[in-house]
Amino acid sequence: MCFGFFVVFRQCQSPELVGFLLLFVVNGMDRVLTDEMVSEIKALFARYPTKQAVTLPALHLVHRELRQVPLEAVVEIAELLELAPAQVQDTLTFYGFFHQGKPHGQTRAWVCRSISCHLRGADNLLEHLCDRAGIQPGQTTEDGKLTVEFAECLGACDFAPCMLAGEKLHPCLTKESIEDFVESLG
Amino acid sequence: MTEFNPVLLAHVEEPESHTLKVYQSHGGYASWQRVLRDETPGGFTEIVKQSGLRGRGGAGFPTGLKWTFLPQDHPGPIYFCLNADESEPGTFNNRILMEQDPHQVLEGLMLSCYATRASTAYIYLRYEYPGCWDHLQLAIDECYAAGLLGTNIQDSGFTLDVYLHRGAAAYICGEETGLIESLEGKRAWPRIKPPFPAVEGVFGKPTVVNNVETAACVKQIADRGVEWFQSIGAAPDPDNPRDAGSYGPKLYCLSGHVERPGCYEAPLGITVNELIEQYGGGVWKGRRAKAVIPGGISMGLLSSEELDCPLDFSGPGKFGCLGLGTAAVVVMDETVSIVDFLHNSCQFFAHESCGQCTPCREGTSWAFKMLERIRRGRGRLHDLDLLLEIGDNIGIMPGTTICGLADGAAWPIKNAIRKFRDEFEDHIKRTNPEGFQETDPVFSLEVLESH
Repeated sequence: MCFGFFVVFRQCQSPELVGFLLLFVVNGMDRVLTDEMVSEIKALFARYPTKQAVTLPALHLVHRELRQVPLEAVVEIAELLELAPAQVQDTLTFYGFFHQGKPHGQTRAWVCRSISCHLRGADNLLEHLCDRAGIQPGQTTEDGKLTVEFAECLGACDFAPCMLAGEKLHPCLTKESIEDFVESLG
Repeated sequence: MTEFNPVLLAHVEEPESHTLKVYQSHGGYASWQRVLRDETPGGFTEIVKQSGLRGRGGAGFPTGLKWTFLPQDHPGPIYFCLNADESEPGTFNNRILMEQDPHQVLEGLMLSCYATRASTAYIYLRYEYPGCWDHLQLAIDECYAAGLLGTNIQDSGFTLDVYLHRGAAAYICGEETGLIESLEGKRAWPRIKPPFPAVEGVFGKPTVVNNVETAACVKQIADRGVEWFQSIGAAPDPDNPRDAGSYGPKLYCLSGHVERPGCYEAPLGITVNELIEQYGGGVWKGRRAKAVIPGGISMGLLSSEELDCPLDFSGPGKFGCLGLGTAAVVVMDETVSIVDFLHNSCQFFAHESCGQCTPCREGTSWAFKMLERIRRGRGRLHDLDLLLEIGDNIGIMPGTTICGLADGAAWPIKNAIRKFRDEFEDHIKRTNPEGFQETDPVFSLEVLESH
């Protein structure tokens, strides 16, 4: 059955039909967005003159809860915002920020690699963090606790080299502070 | 050194500096209430225009003049966007303002909205600033509760709503029309201008986009007046009819190889040397500076002989740089390889090009691939000419792209290779003794996946 859909998808030239088929597939499954998420998204409508403007806030909302925005959620967001799923997916994929298909780890660590951090040894620290976690940049540890990614300038060059882990800025990184960070993850 | 008392940063170190209580203890929102009561929008616009305030976000366009481009007697709505997508490498002054003194930014935003008759304002805040998000949201909530925001504020008949909008880690959203597209929920592809945002901006309506530090300056001008503002900084160059002057205080972000990195407030026109020595405690470890970025990475490079460059709107241009940019000064000591610097710069722009214009998308990506090859010992002298060809042909200035991102990518290439060509040639000859003279096409090496 899945394969059948895949073939239909591949051969289908009409984006509207793809959207319809996606809706059909999704409607047959449990919904991804909870009632709370839906009402949080709807509460944002009053802020903007178009529903499309709620795209990024809605993606953020879902991403915060699920640590990714699965395709099913894209379809459901599109439905709420009265858009084609492709419009939401287009916006989502433009920003490297949103994970899709697989959630990022419980902690997502961004190590800055832009010039001010680079000049103060960010490369070595990123390598050290990756070695300690046993992963490459962009990967998640097997236990799902940590994802390590590059970041472009975090805007904390006064504390270079730095890292943003979740919502917490780790200033003036050293090998020791990276050790402490990795250990704090348990 | 003449002592300069910080104004924009006057209160950032105080405990609870982000709260309404502390802000009002310094006379905060007195100007907002006075302007609402005593000034017309046109009158306040005129004050800002006379002050000579130029946008602090990078382009340095006169703020009051930008406001006057809005259509007169428009039925509305008019939108105001505060550009808080500070992402230029080396820049962090907006973060400090929004996190430590968000009410100063808000008051400036509110005054700007009044002047432009905007009844809705969006603060487009970059994702990477969670601390700013919390403090700004708190500040907005406090203003609503105190009757400083909302419907018919202080019985003035003026209504203003302010909303925070969170970005998703894309440098291009700092470009004003990229920001507008992103705010509309689309990919942040900059628009062809005209129409300019003042005529047709977000949601098809007249829109003003101003930077965070610009808003803070507007608040200070409302408090202290035009004369005060013009007593600081540099007057227009009499020999240059196009120079609008560089008035007012500026927040300089100093980072890289200095003893004391940080955000320092000084009059526009301080030289790079003065900033490094008087504020930054000198180049670190007793070393010498080899090169300095004058205003964020996209502005290019100054060599060690050029550090008497004044950091005002026309200074860096006289030394072949793109401009003052965000006034983010990044110091590189004598141990830094300029090849490494340029590799880092090209990596950044290849990653952040939005992909809309082919010269930028392909140019930044090829420049990065070449730098990767040069850095890994497979460079050819011919590559330097190819890089310069890219540098000279991508951007608004040669006329091949929609926005200025490509000019920002080009400038570090042009400055680094033209000012440090010997170092590039030495590196190439030393690391690729067999093949440095090759000119035939070569394969690029695999590069690391970026994000």
